[in-house]
Amino acid sequence: MTGKTAIVGNGDGIMVFKAAGVATFPAEDEKQAREILRRIAKEYQIIFLTEDLARPLTEFLKRFDEEPYPVVATVPSGAGSDGYGAEALKSAMERALGVDILFNKD
Amino acid sequence: MARLNVNPTRMELKKLKGRLSTATRGHKLLKDKSDEMVRRFTVILREAKRLREEVEQELSEVLRAFSIARSVTPPSVAETAFAMPSVAVTADCETQSVMGVDVPKVTLKSEKRADGLPYAYSEITGEADYSVQKASELLPKMVALAQTEKTVRMLAEEIERNKRRVNALEYVMIPQLEETIKYIKDKLDENERAAVVRLMKVKSKA
Repeated sequence: MTGKTAIVGNGDGIMVFKAAGVATFPAEDEKQAREILRRIAKEYQIIFLTEDLARPLTEFLKRFDEEPYPVVATVPSGAGSDGYGAEALKSAMERALGVDILFNKD
Repeated sequence: MARLNVNPTRMELKKLKGRLSTATRGHKLLKDKSDEMVRRFTVILREAKRLREEVEQELSEVLRAFSIARSVTPPSVAETAFAMPSVAVTADCETQSVMGVDVPKVTLKSEKRADGLPYAYSEITGEADYSVQKASELLPKMVALAQTEKTVRMLAEEIERNKRRVNALEYVMIPQLEETIKYIKDKLDENERAAVVRLMKVKSKA
């Protein structure tokens, strides 16, 4: 199966990926992002989403974890990482293992 | 623990014993599966964490370079310059099985354009070249991250589900069966004793 990659995000930051061969879908807020995700989920197998949009959509994104595809991954936006990706990893780890073996913070 | 609602007969006893041995064997197997899944999970989790840190750092560099490039280029020029992709990226999407969970496995294929960058060099600053090139280089890593993180989430889900199954067997199913078996045995023994006593009484009268 051949898949296509897409990036959903706001602002200019995602434009650089257009030149790198990734389909870009600009979204101003989480509502738009949700609509776009729903529309392109069948067509694109790998979808990147900027963190600022992913955070309000956490619940919505869970439904993509049922099947292997599409793969939805969060990437930092132009403003830098706000730790959402690390948080998601941490919550998966805590659910599966019950203990923190990686971040060892608190 | 509540016992099952069954008739105390030898038939039922035999049936329940069969169920108990199946449940015990299933419990052992599931527990082994759980152990192995956790082991693999930790390996994949570490990988995901490493990839994420690398991607986040490199991506912010790319975006910084790109925003500089944009700030010195008129928006209309930038728009047209970046609209054409320099490489055609296609991904080979397959699934692989990790402990019975189907997880995505992606291999990225990109074909470079012969002339490198998709725009005339005179329009755009060198910063843009740099950032586009960097973004292209970063892409395989981002895809690897996406795949690994998805695997982590799916495995976590499966481990949780498996844990629930193990616990249901260990703390509900098996005690229930054991208790019911004991109840039927007691009942049958009691019946037997009653029969013996009855026989003795009848004999002593005769």
